[in-house]
Amino acid sequence: MANLFSPDAIEPTLQKKMLRGLIRIRRFEEKLAQLFKRGQLPGFVHLYIGEEAVAVGVCSALRSEDRITSTHRGHGHLIAKGASLNKMMAELFGRVDGYCRGKGGSMHIVSFDLGIMGTNGIVGGGIPIGTGSAWGDQHLGKDNVTVVFFGDGAANQGVFFESMNLAAIWRLPVIFVCENNGYSEWTATEKLTAGRIADRGMPFGIPGAQVDGNDVEAVYAATCEAIVRARAGKGPSLIEAMTYRWHGHNEGEEAFAGEYRPAEEQEKWRADEPISRYATMLSKLGVLDEAGYQQINEEELALVEASVEFALNSPFPEAEEALRDVFPTPQERTNA
Amino acid sequence: MTKNDGAQRSTYFVKAMQEGLAAAMREDPNVVVIGEDVDRSVIGATRGLLAEFGDTRVRNTPISEQAFVGAAVGGAAVGLRPVVDMMIGSFFYVAMDQLANQAAKLPYMSGGQINLPITYFTATGPSGGGAAQHSENIHPMLMNVAGLKIVMPITPYDAKGLMLSAIRDSNPVVYFQDHVLGGTKGHVPAESYSIPLGFADVKTTGKDVTVVAIGSTVLKALRVAAEFEAKGIGIEVIDPRTLAPLDFDTIAQSVAKTGRLVAVDNARLTCSAASEIVATISTVCFSDLKAPPERVAWANVPVPFSAPLEARVVVQDSDIRDAIEKVLAA
Repeated sequence: MANLFSPDAIEPTLQKKMLRGLIRIRRFEEKLAQLFKRGQLPGFVHLYIGEEAVAVGVCSALRSEDRITSTHRGHGHLIAKGASLNKMMAELFGRVDGYCRGKGGSMHIVSFDLGIMGTNGIVGGGIPIGTGSAWGDQHLGKDNVTVVFFGDGAANQGVFFESMNLAAIWRLPVIFVCENNGYSEWTATEKLTAGRIADRGMPFGIPGAQVDGNDVEAVYAATCEAIVRARAGKGPSLIEAMTYRWHGHNEGEEAFAGEYRPAEEQEKWRADEPISRYATMLSKLGVLDEAGYQQINEEELALVEASVEFALNSPFPEAEEALRDVFPTPQERTNA
Repeated sequence: MTKNDGAQRSTYFVKAMQEGLAAAMREDPNVVVIGEDVDRSVIGATRGLLAEFGDTRVRNTPISEQAFVGAAVGGAAVGLRPVVDMMIGSFFYVAMDQLANQAAKLPYMSGGQINLPITYFTATGPSGGGAAQHSENIHPMLMNVAGLKIVMPITPYDAKGLMLSAIRDSNPVVYFQDHVLGGTKGHVPAESYSIPLGFADVKTTGKDVTVVAIGSTVLKALRVAAEFEAKGIGIEVIDPRTLAPLDFDTIAQSVAKTGRLVAVDNARLTCSAASEIVATISTVCFSDLKAPPERVAWANVPVPFSAPLEARVVVQDSDIRDAIEKVLAA
């Protein structure tokens, strides 16, 4: 058991897979930034650049049947849980081949078959839903776990505390993963948040761990520990992953937000960048050389470019699509 | 489905709800009941279920409306059929994000990937001294949400049949039990039966005025209708029973015959269900109307505590009588 969570125990195959996951998310998000800047991408877009190690570390520890609830900054979670870039990109463009046939967009992507219960446009909105899916699985005798992703801003929503309490008294197989990226929208989280978020489970008897959110293996290890606990029927865990949001709260915020993050702070976090940090480590371990890295990068870049092409080739939904699915018939649903 | 099946077994409204709920729990093991104190049941609709179904299917929650209204969404998504006892209708306000933004919208936003078979039920409306924070009827604003079905039965018979249909439905249903009807008694067959959502009940037929009334105002409308009947004026009283989807066809057919409409709601006037009914019927039945339709609803103030103040705000028989006379005089 002692070495179960040490980097030595992580197979090179998984290490390469995790690096690929980090790169896939980064290239996808960079592409979105570019498309948004050109005015080609509609809606609100919240990018995950800089935080990739959290999604990849967490989701690499999950089984495909395990579930996640996500946030407004959810693209990374979806990709890490196995979502198709094509269907994501098509949804972001509002096209009929998107995950939700254009009815959801960035903040509402659902892929129920992959255990993706939904990104969410409301800060904290997914927390009780993920608590509920853990309750459902527990009640139905399935040993799935649910990971509830939320941000440091959502940690100040009352429903977070309500949900931790419910999860604790019912010993639900749920893992609360707080991505602390330092900013609650446009205000430094330290100005808005008392104490450490990782400590907020303590009064409920929920173990909390604060981990380096830019260290994908540290996140993976903490998640594995929480999963063991959850599947053993011992109840919920809380993980606070410390990371940093490179881009704004949303793309295009420079029109109104002004400068609110010190340059030194941004430089410090960029120097601690999760991808090159991990690539360097894998290189030192002899898992991957520079050529191997470049190959992964090019393959992922090609997938992202292909997803844009897929999306742009997909038609817009017919207007009548807007009137469907208010009350979907059970034949259509995948959770039947 | 006959309303007089011989035996004339009679029981209380809340007991009828409980029977519908128990029938649903017997036919589907995934039906689970959660809420505050559901083991003993403050209002009565879950009383006795614990003994039959055990404490994993009848489960008390903390007083955390956001958490358990939202947990029902996640639970329903993965295969449960949760029934949530909200206890008091006003408490929905505490959990509006989870109800209106999540439960109501997730099936739509997902492009139809997910069904959420959830029933949220609650006692609701003025109860005599409940005061402002325990007397709300929020069906008008929920009718505006899209993604929620809404029922409000007024007889024990309908209470049982609509409960079973609500729970069997694949979508979120909000089931309102008018507070003052909980202790009323009426005919309820012992066996299980369902009443489909979306169908109004024509309580009395009449040729002169159509009165659509909601919740306990139906009983007031029936009293007033009897007075007019005695004077030879026929009042057709319609109970929509389901407010979303609302059975406009039945109402329109009636107004096509009578040419006169009074819509009564047990809620504040502004944007009430009565307003919606009058607006829709005015459009679809414009050429049939012999008089401008009338709305009867609460004054646009919170429900006050003291008895004479509460009576001043909520709908009285005299308000309905005045409105009927007004449409007859036009």
